[in-house]
Amino acid sequence: MMQNNNVIHVKELTKKFGDFTAVDAITFDVKKGEIFGFLGANGAGKTTAIKMLIGISNPTSGEADVAGFNVFTNTEDVKKNIGYMSQKFALYDDLSVKENITFFGGIYGLSRKRIKEKSNALIEELGLEKIANHLVGSLPLGWKQKIAFSVALLHDPKIVFLDEPTGGVDPITRRQFWEMIYKASHEGTTIFVTTHYMDEAEYCDRVSIMVNGKIEALDTPKRLKEQFNAKSMNDVFLKLARG
Amino acid sequence: MSINLEHISKSYGKVEAVKNISFKVNPGELFGLIGPDGAGKTTLFRILTTLLIADEGKANVTGFDVVKDYKNIRKSVGYMPGKFSLYQDLTVEENLTFFATIFGTTIEENYELIKEIYVQIEPFKKRRAGKLSGGMKQKLALCCALIHKPKVLFLDEPTTGVDPVSRKEFWEMLKRLQQKGITILVSTPYMDEAALCDRIALIQDGEILEIDTPANIVKHFPKTIYNIGSKDMYELLQKLKEFEHTYSMYPFGEFVHYTDKRDNFNPTELRQYLEKNGLQNITIEKTKATIEDTFMELAK
Repeated sequence: MMQNNNVIHVKELTKKFGDFTAVDAITFDVKKGEIFGFLGANGAGKTTAIKMLIGISNPTSGEADVAGFNVFTNTEDVKKNIGYMSQKFALYDDLSVKENITFFGGIYGLSRKRIKEKSNALIEELGLEKIANHLVGSLPLGWKQKIAFSVALLHDPKIVFLDEPTGGVDPITRRQFWEMIYKASHEGTTIFVTTHYMDEAEYCDRVSIMVNGKIEALDTPKRLKEQFNAKSMNDVFLKLARG
Repeated sequence: MSINLEHISKSYGKVEAVKNISFKVNPGELFGLIGPDGAGKTTLFRILTTLLIADEGKANVTGFDVVKDYKNIRKSVGYMPGKFSLYQDLTVEENLTFFATIFGTTIEENYELIKEIYVQIEPFKKRRAGKLSGGMKQKLALCCALIHKPKVLFLDEPTTGVDPVSRKEFWEMLKRLQQKGITILVSTPYMDEAALCDRIALIQDGEILEIDTPANIVKHFPKTIYNIGSKDMYELLQKLKEFEHTYSMYPFGEFVHYTDKRDNFNPTELRQYLEKNGLQNITIEKTKATIEDTFMELAK
């Protein structure tokens, strides 16, 4: 199964819908504590790939282990050992901050005592004392995203999947969000992140770029820029995705 | 003046979405509203497209008052809302025909204007709009907003969630529409797109922070910015945060943009401080302010 330090191991992973191959034999490993950027144009197959990795879509063929569990046979264990947040789905607007924390803690099977501890710690760390009982729907987007990220880490997952976590957020909050990412990574949590902000791609330890279902490039941002003779990740992306 | 707002305010209950906003857009100008979610951009669009009435202030579009002459405005502007608002159950072609008919025209009559965009989605003209990819939906929505040959085009976050390649193509399309004489008001949360506008308004929390050309806006940045690089980004951020002379520090790609509180900043001193704190491969170089730097400084 999982070798050495890899928390994600993917080999020739493929997903077909009828005669359309959405994900075409992708292969990569992600190490513990790594910030792994998963980039690609709209329609390149990123979402389909992520759905397989988080255990909600069955691959057509290939291999994949996530957090030590097989995504073909062990999807429930995969789900218990990962965190997930996206711009589209993060928290329940009609529940308060505290209620959201309690709800997600419960979903992940934490004990009442543990939920209370985690909830207090999270509220203190983010400085949410005054708004802990406010409905999430009433909070600014930036706050929601920060809380959602913390909630995704509530059950101490080995990996957290972030699907465009910073879309539409103001530049200062976007950077505060990335500081939270760095911190989690520093503490050993693996971060798997998609983004359309190419400056954020530079913050990743390694970046993969998907084009038409295949991974066309995978390396550190520095080496990718050298490889494609580009000044920025934006240039790398434009060169690759435009062929 | 193509668009003219004077002291426009709008609240939703206790929330002041737009606070006393005034600006003008010249005919043929490509004007950008740059700001994050919740800044008030969509409220402004809805007021200017006559879909919402302001609490206070006056606004004109192509010389017509947004309240009294709303019918004339609706005839002469195109609007692409941030949320996909075409009929999901109609095909590409049916949507376009529908919008053409509503405005008393035909696809053929104004085909020249949309041709370049429409040819890209024409192979899918029998497909239902709901089944299109994000990029194709965006192109169809733009065609529908253009089919009656509007004088002013309102585009509310047309590139949000769109990848860098498609974003670049979209902006190239906008430039060509501008050359055809259409005035364009476009909003975006992407600061790099601001540089492509003739003039921009930086907006946050319902207020305008600054209005000017992109070049002038970065010129106004009050401090010298240094690009600081190091092997360990997280440690670098922590140490810069603890440094007593730090005025601002924001990650920018592979570097941190750093400004110092003092006028007589000495990079060597900072280098020594970072080295003493165990950081490796330190680089410190002057760099130019970007619109994002300016936005963050103004929004502070």
